[in-house]
Amino acid sequence: MSLLELRHLSKTYPGANGAVVQAVSDVSLTIAPGEVLGVVGESGCGKSTLGRSLLRLIEPTAGEVLFEGRDLVGLGKRDMKSVRRDLQIIFQDPFGSLNPRHTVGGIIGEPLEVHRVGTRAERRARVTELLKLVGLPEDAANRYPHEFSGGQRQRIAIARALALEPKLLVADEAVSALDVSIQSQIINLIADLQKRLNLSIMFISHDLSVIRHVSDRIAVMYLGRIVEIGPAEEIMTAPKHPYTQALLSAIPRPGAARGGRIVLEGELPDPANPPAGCAFHTRCPKVMDICHRQRPLLARPANVEPGSESEVACHLYEAA
Amino acid sequence: MSEEALLTIEDLHIAVGSRPVIEGVSLTIRPGEMLGLVGESGCGKSVTALSIMRLLAEPPMRVVKGAIRFGQTDILSLPEHELEALRGDRIAMIFQEPMTSLNPVFTIGNQIAEVVLLHRKVGRDAAEARAVELLKRVGIPAPEAAMGRYPHQLSGGQRQRVMIAMALACDPKLLVADEPTTALDVTVQAQILELIDGLRRETGMAVLLITHDLGVVSQYCDRVAVMYGGRVVEEAPSAELFAHPRHRYTEALLRTIPASNLPGVDLPAIPGTVPPPGRRPAGCAFHPRCHAMVETCTTVLPELTEPPHRIRCWNPAA
Repeated sequence: MSLLELRHLSKTYPGANGAVVQAVSDVSLTIAPGEVLGVVGESGCGKSTLGRSLLRLIEPTAGEVLFEGRDLVGLGKRDMKSVRRDLQIIFQDPFGSLNPRHTVGGIIGEPLEVHRVGTRAERRARVTELLKLVGLPEDAANRYPHEFSGGQRQRIAIARALALEPKLLVADEAVSALDVSIQSQIINLIADLQKRLNLSIMFISHDLSVIRHVSDRIAVMYLGRIVEIGPAEEIMTAPKHPYTQALLSAIPRPGAARGGRIVLEGELPDPANPPAGCAFHTRCPKVMDICHRQRPLLARPANVEPGSESEVACHLYEAA
Repeated sequence: MSEEALLTIEDLHIAVGSRPVIEGVSLTIRPGEMLGLVGESGCGKSVTALSIMRLLAEPPMRVVKGAIRFGQTDILSLPEHELEALRGDRIAMIFQEPMTSLNPVFTIGNQIAEVVLLHRKVGRDAAEARAVELLKRVGIPAPEAAMGRYPHQLSGGQRQRVMIAMALACDPKLLVADEPTTALDVTVQAQILELIDGLRRETGMAVLLITHDLGVVSQYCDRVAVMYGGRVVEEAPSAELFAHPRHRYTEALLRTIPASNLPGVDLPAIPGTVPPPGRRPAGCAFHPRCHAMVETCTTVLPELTEPPHRIRCWNPAA
């Protein structure tokens, strides 16, 4: 059974002049216990809105968020608070998410206090344990966030997120602000903790090479919708959607030849005014007539190699 | 050196108060060449770029010693009015966030035309015609209509195109591009890099591309200089550097990125963090994080070897 299931999740915002901005449109997906789902896309594709709405940090406009079979949408404050023990999030900017006036020990111990876990001594012991888990020295507990580097601050944020032993962690661009040499330390830490604690993770990033490294499955988003979802290996080696193909070829890889790059024309359309039909048709190198009129549904394609498990929303592939 | 250098930086030292930020950078850029300057935050790559335009915040920053020459012109001793003529005319610069470099209350047409008026003896009409031509050249659709737009009406990618148009206004010999695509989406980043590369091939201007992204450098630059702790630690033609990195820092950096590794395995991480200016260790600044450190590394700074593949390392990779 899946730990998390999103059913037809949508989020709209009121835009300028009465327009409606469709940030997330009809997204359905599942995350199994211990699974890492990578969500990749460019700015404005709705990936962060998606991550936040499954914790109800943003209220979804429509759809269901089933966590262990229970719909979180519409849950009362008290019930939601108890669910949040199992659902945690870490953000991109470890400067903005740590209170500068609190000690690191206070920051990491706060969720334990809020949820009244253990005695004061037990909480202190748990903080020490968490610091060790994320590779920070024990004396870090008495120091303040500004005394730490960006990478160390992200370790603090991770320790806080893990304090209540959550089942699902949303990592929203968690390594994007870090330098290359620090980024790999944090990626290793998250991967290691995921295995040791059998965590489920929704790993949101614009960086496909990071996503590939950590994910079991990958969902590619464009303008609020999933355009392709499937096993990480298949998405990386046999991408089907022309957008996924362009995204993959756009990653500048050291040492790789430049030939064969698909440079897309144009930029992301305005989410307040998305193109009709397939939202990608304005930039798609393989656009057909039907793409202007009809939105393709996310489905298992028929005309692909056997053993393929991906689903793709593209008229180039007929549904199975 | 077979061809005369367009820009020469010699043993540049820059400090903030008493803390050294740049500790002996030497670089050359030849006409038409794209040189990549890479490194992590705090390595001094952006300060180096700003010093070329004499845009350092002085004080607290100051050039302690060294020379920067543009052709035969000594930039560091140039009087302010001559400097004005150099900036934007012979040397242009673009930054990471075009929104902060554009004036929000003027149309983009106005802002580009102003650059032309400032450096060229032409009338308003000619300057505006030039602005339209420039917008067209950087791939802005419907350039005449775009002239009347304000910066906030453009996307991030289009704003960067406008910045490039402004930079090109006077046919500069050198474009200094400081993380020009870092704030942009991957697909737009590819467009902007293709644009810069195309323009330099067309006009013969040289480009100093400053970035933290090794992939970007690898695909567009002729030569690469890697900075760490305020110094260039390795410099070589791109293909050579990526195929045979010799400095242990470059080697470790290339090994640690996810794209060089199989999914799911631990990334070969570099331990520790980049030391901030003022707290850089003696000897080779990388030695506390280096897996191939020898005793000399802790006390004596290695000299930069001779071109074409220069390294500052006591125990380089084979």
